[in-house]
Amino acid sequence: MVASARAHKAVSKTDSSKKTSKPVLKASKSESATDLDKLIHERTRLALVSALAASPALTFNDLKSLLQITDGNLSVHARKLEDAGYIECSKGFEGRVPRTEYRLTNSGRTALHKYITHMEALIGAMKKL
Amino acid sequence: MQPLHNKTSEAPTALHNVAADNLRFIRATMEGASYFTGISGKGYVATGLSAAAAATFAAQQTTSQAWLAVWMAELVLACAISFAMTIHKSKAQGKTLWTGSGRRALLAFVPAMLVGGIFTGKLAWQGDVSLLPALWLALFGASVLAASQHSLRLLSYMGAAFIALASLVLLDWLPTNPALGLGFGGLHILFGVLIWRHHGG
Repeated sequence: MVASARAHKAVSKTDSSKKTSKPVLKASKSESATDLDKLIHERTRLALVSALAASPALTFNDLKSLLQITDGNLSVHARKLEDAGYIECSKGFEGRVPRTEYRLTNSGRTALHKYITHMEALIGAMKKL
Repeated sequence: MQPLHNKTSEAPTALHNVAADNLRFIRATMEGASYFTGISGKGYVATGLSAAAAATFAAQQTTSQAWLAVWMAELVLACAISFAMTIHKSKAQGKTLWTGSGRRALLAFVPAMLVGGIFTGKLAWQGDVSLLPALWLALFGASVLAASQHSLRLLSYMGAAFIALASLVLLDWLPTNPALGLGFGGLHILFGVLIWRHHGG
């Protein structure tokens, strides 16, 4: 619940997912879609959470290379997920080179699981129509 | 009535497609993220240094058998360094070379290396080692290129560079010993530093 509340708070500060507003709007008409996690519905953040779900930890450079996004973009989206408690960040040095590493938290894993379940439920519901 | 019917039937279809597309996106991202990052930059640098020394030493040999013996010894040394450092880095990352993406990268790497071993054996048996440098560079490049599909994207450039060097040797645009030194020495050091800098030692 705390993570969820933090997530919604983080979303309220975001750009409201401009690119994904259309599907979200349609989904809001359906009762099953009202609790869609908007924080990870945004494509870059969904990619971040998905990538971290597949690996114990990924560095900033790993994620940047994998998702093909800029430093600034990655920092902004990672911070939103961090604020929501979905990912955790650890900073250190390897020799003299700074190293930033991200891990998915239990809340983040649960949120992704719920999101996937939600998507599967939507597909199932639409097939019945 | 017809337009209204079409409009209402489009919405569920679109939502269904968006949901399916999101699930495909998650799956693709997870597959992409599970690539092997345990390749050791430090290990590559150490391998490169040993190969550069081997290239210098091999160039001084007067017989093809001695030349081949130097490179075979270097192969054993380079494999030992690379594997030890990669296993060490993988452990530090909480991963292993023997499962998941590490295993996939290893399995992709091995076939072209085995082909190289077979051809090296045959050509050495015949006493003709003239084609070996180009063959080694090309097949090692192919191995690295194949492994890069499950590992760091940077490695694909390294694989391509090895194949380019092999082509230069085959075209007689580059002498064999400097080419081997440049490839197994120089490229390993260059990409080792890049990996060390961007993905950790």
